[in-house]
Order: sequence, then structure tokens, then C-alpha cells
Amino acid sequence: MEQQVLVILPHPDDEAFGVSGTLAKLLHNGAKVTYACLTLGEMGRNMGIPPFASRVTLPAIRKKELEASCRAIGIQDLRILGFHDKMIEFEDQDALNASIDALLQELRPSLVITFYPGYSVHPDHDACGAAVIRSVGKLPRNERPVVHCVAFSKNCEEELGKPDVTVDVKDFLKQKMESMQAHKSQFQAAELLGRKKLNDQEIRRRFGTEGYWTYKFES
Amino acid sequence: MQSIEPSRIQLMIDQFVNQDLYIHLEMTTGAYAAHLDSSKHPAANFITNAVIRYSHGGISGSGPYRVGLKMDRGWIYAEGLTHYEESESDRLIMAGHDNEGKLVVALQLSREPF
Ligand SMILES: [Zn+2]
Repeated sequence: MEQQVLVILPHPDDEAFGVSGTLAKLLHNGAKVTYACLTLGEMGRNMGIPPFASRVTLPAIRKKELEASCRAIGIQDLRILGFHDKMIEFEDQDALNASIDALLQELRPSLVITFYPGYSVHPDHDACGAAVIRSVGKLPRNERPVVHCVAFSKNCEEELGKPDVTVDVKDFLKQKMESMQAHKSQFQAAELLGRKKLNDQEIRRRFGTEGYWTYKFES
Repeated sequence: MQSIEPSRIQLMIDQFVNQDLYIHLEMTTGAYAAHLDSSKHPAANFITNAVIRYSHGGISGSGPYRVGLKMDRGWIYAEGLTHYEESESDRLIMAGHDNEGKLVVALQLSREPF
């Protein structure tokens, strides 16, 4: 059976660093991937150097970048949920959960990928992960998809241990690099890859694996 | 002013829901920021006595705190809040101060103009 994967992250570009290689690999292996992005990252501070985006034009620019990133990865089903950047933690929880519930209902995914609540640094990341966990947790045990969480807070390995799932994405680095580069307004090349150009071996070492923590539901 | 107690702030935020309120929202890096450190970019803004109305809001974080208020067509947000005026029962007066005690951010709500 084809695997249905649902990725839920709050910002355009959240997919690029952490999960793009995994998604390209899943797609290569025949999975269907839906990416639900909660916001358009419209409060982002990077505007290009020199600035080519403004507060008014940034959402449309980031939407195009997100679409380009999805094309690079091979994702055909992108859902932009229209919540406001930086406000996920203050959003009406029922409204937030209703839109995630609807996606779970519609797609019945076997795998969900999101941020690990409490270990993902940005309040939007934590609040997005928490909402996904609430929605999945409401499903009867035998209907729950597996949830793989991305975490990158300083204390995450100390408290959660090493990621229990690691994905070798070395064969999918072309898609991953293109996904990152699609977010032109957000990543200047220097910020992304360091001052000097990385050779293939360095790129493989730095970007070649992606790790996840499987969320353990209490009941 | 006193260090923020999130539960008290949340009560006041809830108390002000769905009514016209005057807001003072301010942020500043200080006029001398660039004079003292040329790498700093001085910036400031404030808006005083604009009238707003929100349908719900919250305080979060573990200090400094963040506050978000959801309006019909937008949001009000302040980050970096550390203190509130504990003697005020009809107005919500919050501010964030840096480690030198200087004001960096302020968010104030009141039924009467400031
Ligand atoms: Zn993000």
C-alpha cells in the first residue's frame, strides 16, 4: 500500500533544513506527501541584501519560494493554512486543531512529521508541534499515525536521547540543496553554506542524515 | 513595578476581551544605541491611544514574556516583557527592561485614554 505522509510545520523554509531529504526519499519510494504549512512567514526579518522584499510583498515572495522548494523536493500537495506568523501560540486552539483534525480526517496518513513540542526553539515551532500532538492524541489508539518529530533545542539530546529514527538522505542532497536555495529571501548563500563553498564530501557530512524522535503518547 | 506573574496578567487580558480599549505599544533600542556601539542600529516606535478590540489573548514564555492579542483583522504582539504595574486594577501596564533597567518595550491597555 502507498504510504501517505502528512508534514505539518509553521514556516516556509522549515521543511528545507530538517526534512527535505527525507521527503524526497519517501516520494522516491512511492509515498504520497502532503505538506501543510501554517503561515507564510510574513514576519520574517530577512528581506534580501540589498532588501528586495517589504512587509507588504514578503508573504507573496515567500509563498513563491515555498512552492519552488516543494517542486525541488517533488511535493505536489502543498496546503497553506493561512495562520499568522509568530502568533501560533496565541491562536485560538480550537481553530488550530480543527484545521489539523480536518487534514487527518481527509488524508488518514500513516506518518506525520512535525516539530517536537518544547524542543524546537521558536514558539511557533513548539506551538505547531503541540497542536499536532493534541490532534493526533485525540484519535483512537489504533487509528493514530506514527509521529516523527524534529527537535533542535540545546537540551534536546540531553532530555530526549539520540533521535530514534535516522534517515540517510545522501542520495537526495540535490533535492535538499535546491529546497534550501529556493528560499532566496531567507538564506543568503554565505549564511547557508558558510563563507567558503563546501565540496561534495562536506555537504554529505553536514546534510546527509536527518534525525527524528518518535513521539510517545501517554495513553 | 513588579516582576510579571503570568496568571495575573492572563486574568486581566481575559477581563478586557471584546471591548474598545486604548493601547500604548512601544519599542525602543534607545537614542544612544548607535553612539555607544556603532554596530547597533537605533530604532524606536510607539503608538499611543489608538483604539483596539480583541477577541482573545494570552501571555506565554518563561520570562521575559510574550503577549499576543487577536483582533478581528489582525494581531497585537509584544515580546520581551518583564514587569507590570501591580497597583493598577483597571489598566494593564506592562514593560520589558534590559539588564540596565532601561525600558525596551511597553504594552499598556486601558478603558480610558492614557
Ligand atoms: Zn521555522
